[in-house]
Amino acid sequence: MARKILTEHINVPGIETFDVYRKQGGYTAVEKAIKTMTPEEVVEEAKKSGVRGRGGAGFPMGMKWGFLAKPEGVPRYLVCNADESEPGTFKDHHLMKCIPHLLIEGMIISSFALGANKSFIYVRGELMYVIRILEKAIAEAKAQGFLGKNILGSGYDLELVVQPGGGAYICGEETALLESLEGKRGNPRNKPPFPAVKGLYQSPTVVNNVESISNMPWIINNGGDAYATIGIGRSTGTKLISASGHIQKPGVYEIELGVSVDEFLNSDEYCGGVRKGHYLKALVAGGSSVPILPANLITKTAAGEDRLMTYESLSDGGFATGTMLGSGGFIVFDETACIVRNTWNFSRFYHHESCGQCSPCREGTGWMEKVLHRIEHGHGSMHDIDLLVDISKKIEGNTICPLGDAAAWPVASAIRHFRDEFVWHITHPQEATQPGAVYMGEMVLG
Amino acid sequence: MTESPNLVAFTPERLETVKEIIARYPEGRQKSALLPVLHVAQEQWGWLSSEVMDYVAGILKIEPVEVYEVATFYTMYHLDPVGKHVIEYCRTGPCCLMGGEDVYGHLKQKLGIEAGGTTADGKFTLKEVECLAACGWGPVFQIREQFYMNLTNEKVDQIIEDLSK
Ligand SMILES: Cc1cc2nc3c(=O)[nH]c(=O)nc-3n(C[C@H](O)[C@H](O)[C@H](O)COP(=O)(O)O)c2cc1C
Ligand code: SF4
Ligand code: FES
Repeated sequence: MARKILTEHINVPGIETFDVYRKQGGYTAVEKAIKTMTPEEVVEEAKKSGVRGRGGAGFPMGMKWGFLAKPEGVPRYLVCNADESEPGTFKDHHLMKCIPHLLIEGMIISSFALGANKSFIYVRGELMYVIRILEKAIAEAKAQGFLGKNILGSGYDLELVVQPGGGAYICGEETALLESLEGKRGNPRNKPPFPAVKGLYQSPTVVNNVESISNMPWIINNGGDAYATIGIGRSTGTKLISASGHIQKPGVYEIELGVSVDEFLNSDEYCGGVRKGHYLKALVAGGSSVPILPANLITKTAAGEDRLMTYESLSDGGFATGTMLGSGGFIVFDETACIVRNTWNFSRFYHHESCGQCSPCREGTGWMEKVLHRIEHGHGSMHDIDLLVDISKKIEGNTICPLGDAAAWPVASAIRHFRDEFVWHITHPQEATQPGAVYMGEMVLG
Repeated sequence: MTESPNLVAFTPERLETVKEIIARYPEGRQKSALLPVLHVAQEQWGWLSSEVMDYVAGILKIEPVEVYEVATFYTMYHLDPVGKHVIEYCRTGPCCLMGGEDVYGHLKQKLGIEAGGTTADGKFTLKEVECLAACGWGPVFQIREQFYMNLTNEKVDQIIEDLSK
C-alpha cells in the first residue's frame, strides 16, 4: 500500500470532529511549529519538501512563500483557493468535507509562517454545505485555543474567515479570486504587480490550493526532507487524483507521485480499470484544461517508456505527444465516448466561463463553441477544422489570464489526435448525428 | 412622496448574521461582505429583485450599481423569481460521460419544462450549470445546499415525487 499523507485518517469515524482528529495526532504540527519554530524555519521546511502547488500550475510552494513582500506595518494575507471548478476535479471538495481540520491545521501553520493574522478560505459558493462544515471545525479549533488571540500562549493571533464564491470558474484564477474576495466581479488582474507584492486589499498575499496547504501538518511533523523522499525527482510527495468517467471505481485517490499511469488506471487499489466490456479510447489526465491523449499515448510515452503520474512524465513529448498533471482531474473515455461532442461540451464551458475582458478569449471561445456545435450537429465543413486550429492559436498566449490557453488546448489537442473523427462528422453528417453514434475508425497520431 | 420603510428587510435573525459577516473584514472593507450577504438575501427572498439589491447596497454602504455588477456576474444569483425548488444540474463533460444527457432529458420530460423554465405550479425551476466538483459521482444536481449524486431515471423520479408532496 502506498503511503498516505492527506488521507491516512480520512475513513476514521468522526474524523470531522476536533476530538477524533486530535486523537489521531491532529494539531501536534501546530504545537510544534508555533512553540518550537520560527516562521522562517517553517518556510524552510516547505522549501525543503519541494511540494508544488496542487491547484494546477505546480509552482513550488516554499519558493512562492519566499517571494512574499514584507513591508513594515502592512498586513499580509494568506488566501486558500477552494474554488475547485475545473471540470474533472473534485478532490478539494472531498478533502474538506471528510477531514476539515486538516485544512484548518494547515492554514494555521501556513499563516504563522507568512506572518498573516487574518486568513481566508475562498470556497466555491455551490459548496455551502462544506462551508458550514469548515465553519464548525474553525469554531471547535478556536474553542481549544488553536485559533483566535494568543494561540497556545505564543502571542500569535489568527482569525480564519471562510468566504463563499458566487458561481464562476474564473474565480479560481488567483487574481480573479482576490477581486471576488473584495466584493467585485471576478475579472483577473494584469500582472505585475503579483499578489506577493500587491494582493488582497493591495497588501502582500499568498494564494495556495487546499491540497497544497493540507500537506503542511505532515511536513512539519516529519520534516521537509522526509516529504522530499516520496515521489520522483521534482515531483515530490503525494497527489490527490480525482478519477471520473468510464472506469470501474470513480473517486478520489491519493497516490505517491511516480506511480505508473497503467497502475493507477488498472489496479484495484485505484481506478480498477476501464468499465467492464469496454476499452480505453482517450484520457484527460489533469482536468479539462489539459490536452487530451489518445489510447496509444496514455500508458506509454511516444518513446515507448512507461508513463508515470508525475509532472514531468505526463508532459513528456510536449503537446505533440504529452499532456499535463494539472489539477489531477483524471477523466477516462472508453470507445463509446464521442470526442467531438466532448470537445464541444468543454468549449461551451470555457465560453460560458470567460470573464470577457480580453477579446481573443471572449470572441475566440464563443467562435470555437459555435464551430464545434455545427460540426457535432452535422453542419460542418472541412474548412472548419483548420478554422478551429487557427482560432485556438490566436487565443493561446494572447490573453490576460491562462483561461484562454485552457480553452485552446482541449480543442487543439482533440484535433491533433482525433482529426479523423472530426472529418467523419463532416463527411458523414447523417450517421454522426444519430443518437449515441461514435466514430470507430483508426485513431490517427498527430 | 413618503418613504415606505421596511418593505424589504432582513429578518432580525438574518440581520444578525449579516452584521457578523460584515465584522469579518478589516475596517472599511465591508464590500467584501457582498457575495456572502447576497447569498443570505437569496435565502430569504428566493431571488434578488432590484429592491433587494438596493437594500443590500444600503447596508454595505456601497452604490447599488456595485451590487448589480456582482449579482449579474455570478451564476448562483437568481435575477428573476424562481420556483420553490431550484434544480441545478451539471451539464459538463464528465457528468455527460456518466449518462447525464439521458437523465437530464428524463428530468425535463418529467417536469415538462426546459432548462430555465419553471413548472406551472411554481414548484420547480430547472437550471443548467457547469461542473459542480462532484464529477466522480455524476450525473449530479443540486437543490439549495444538497447534492444528489449518481443519478438515474429512477432516482430522479423518486426525488421529484418526494419534493412534490
Ligand atoms: C481559469 C483558472 C482557474 C483556476 N482554478 C483554480 C481552482 O479552482 N483551484 C486552485 O487551487 N487553483 C486554480 N487555479 C490556479 C490559481 O490561479 C493558482 O495558481 C493557485 O491557486 C495557486 O495555488 P497552488 O500554487 O497551491 O496551486 C486556476 C487558474 C486559472 C487560470
Ligand atoms: S483570458 Fe478570458 S477569462 Fe482570462 S481575463 Fe481574458 S477574457 Fe477573462
Ligand atoms: S462534470 Fe458534473 S460535477 Fe464535474
